[in-house]
Amino acid sequence: MKLIPDLIKKITDNEIWKSVFRHGYTDTPRNRVLQIISNVWLHLHPAKVREHGTKIRFTWCMGGITFFIFLFETITGILLMFYYVPDVNRAYADMVDLMYVVPFGRFLRNSHRWGAHAMVITVSIHMLRVFLTGSYKPPRQFNWVIGVVLLVLTLLLSFTGYLLPWDQLGYWAITVGTNMARATPLLGHEGPFAYILGMRADNDIRFALLGGTTIGAPALLRAYVWHCIAIPVIASGLMMMHFWRVRKDGGISGPL
Amino acid sequence: MEVRAESKGLVEFKDDRVFTWPTLVAKEFLAAIFVTVGLLFYSYVVDAPLRELSNPGQAENPAKAPWYFLGLQEALVYFDPWFAGVALPSLIIVGLILIPYLDINPKGNGYYTFKERKFAVSVFVLGYIYWYVLVYIGTALRGPFWAFFWPWEKWTHDFPTPPPLHDMPLPLGIILMMGFYFVGLVLPAMINRDFFNKLGIVRYVLTMGLLLTMIGTVIKMILRLSFSIKYIIATPWINI
Repeated sequence: MKLIPDLIKKITDNEIWKSVFRHGYTDTPRNRVLQIISNVWLHLHPAKVREHGTKIRFTWCMGGITFFIFLFETITGILLMFYYVPDVNRAYADMVDLMYVVPFGRFLRNSHRWGAHAMVITVSIHMLRVFLTGSYKPPRQFNWVIGVVLLVLTLLLSFTGYLLPWDQLGYWAITVGTNMARATPLLGHEGPFAYILGMRADNDIRFALLGGTTIGAPALLRAYVWHCIAIPVIASGLMMMHFWRVRKDGGISGPL
Repeated sequence: MEVRAESKGLVEFKDDRVFTWPTLVAKEFLAAIFVTVGLLFYSYVVDAPLRELSNPGQAENPAKAPWYFLGLQEALVYFDPWFAGVALPSLIIVGLILIPYLDINPKGNGYYTFKERKFAVSVFVLGYIYWYVLVYIGTALRGPFWAFFWPWEKWTHDFPTPPPLHDMPLPLGIILMMGFYFVGLVLPAMINRDFFNKLGIVRYVLTMGLLLTMIGTVIKMILRLSFSIKYIIATPWINI
C-alpha cells in the first residue's frame, strides 16, 4: 500500500505546508531537541528532563494539570465576560440569561465553575506530591514558598468568583468569609485590641476589602476586578517565576 | 558519562535524562485532553448551583463559605473569629512557607520515602488529613444554625439546645496553656537530644511551636466536646 505515504507527500510537499511547518520530522535525537527548542509553546520545557519527571506515578501530573486548568479557566472566563456585567442591578439577570438564553451559556458557566473547584483540588494534591517527594529541599526552598503563595492565590481566585453570580449562595458565603476580616487583631473593628488604632466599621480592614460596611455594589465591582484582572495577573507573574525556577533548579525534584 | 571533579579524580555522573519530546510532551497532551473531556462531561451532566437573587435581609441558614474554607468555619465553633478566621489561617500559611527552612533533613530529596523522614511526613500528612476532615464536617455534617447532623440524619431546625458552656478559671487556664507549651517544648528536646541538636534552638522552637499549636486546636476541640469548655483563657481583651 503506497496510499498513505502518497497522501502524506501530497499534503506536505507543497509551498503552503512548507510555509507553515519549517522542517519535516524524522525521529532523530537532533529532531527531538528541535521539536522542543524551536516551538514557542513547548520551549517552556528543557530539551531533556530527568526521567522521574516524566513518570506519572512520580509526579501525578498535578502541577501541569493545575496550570492547564488555569488556562482553561482563563478562556472560559474571557467568554463569560462577554455576557456578564458586574452591576448589582444586572449581575443576577446576566446569570439567568447565561443559564437559559445564551447558546451554550449554561455549559460555559458550568465548566468555569467546576474547573475552579477542580483547580483547588489539583493544586492541593500537587502540594502533597511535592511534599512527599521532598521536592522543596535544597535548592528548591524558595520555589516552595512561591508555590504556597500560588495556592493562596488559587483560593482567593475561587473565593472572589464566588460572589459574582450575586445569588444567595455567593452573597452569604462572601458575608461569612469577609466577616472574618472584622475580627482581625488590631485591624478589624471587632478584633482584639482594635481600639488601639481606633477601628470602626467604616474604616477597618473589612471596609477596605468591601468598599463599604456591607456587601453592595462596590464589593461586587471589587470582587470582579480582583477576580478577572488583578489576581490572574499576579498569579501569572508568580507562575512564570515558579516554572522558570523549576528549570533553573535542575528539574522538578532531586538534588542539583 | 564522566565528569572530572577538581582534585578528586574521576567521579561517576549518572545521567538519567530523557528527551522531553515525545516522552513528556505526549503525556502532558494526553492529560490535557483527559482533563478537558472530564470537565466538559461533568459540566454537561451537572449544573453549577444558582440560587435566588441575593437578599441582604434574608440570611441563608446555614450560611456557608466556599467548601475549601469550611475547615476554618468549622474551627469557629471552637475558637473566636480572630483566631479561627485570621490567626489560624495565617499560621498555616506561615507554617507552610517555613517548611523548607525548618526541615533540614537532606534525605528524601526527589523520591518517596517514609522511613528516612518519619517526623516530617507524619506531621504533614496528619495536618493535611486534619484540614480535610474539618472541611468534610463543615460541608456535610453542619446544618441550620451550624448544628451537627450525622450523614444519615435529616437537617432540621428542631434539635435539642446544646448544653451551656463555661470558661476555665483564668489562673488555671494560663497555667495549663503555659504548661502545655513548656512541656511540649522541653520534653521532646530532653527525650530526643539528637533531634534538638540537629535542628538548633530557633528551628526547634518554630517547628515544635507550630506543631503544638496544631495539636492544641485538637485539644481545645476535645475539651469543648467533652467538658463544655468555651475558653481556656478568658479575658476582657482576648479569649482563647
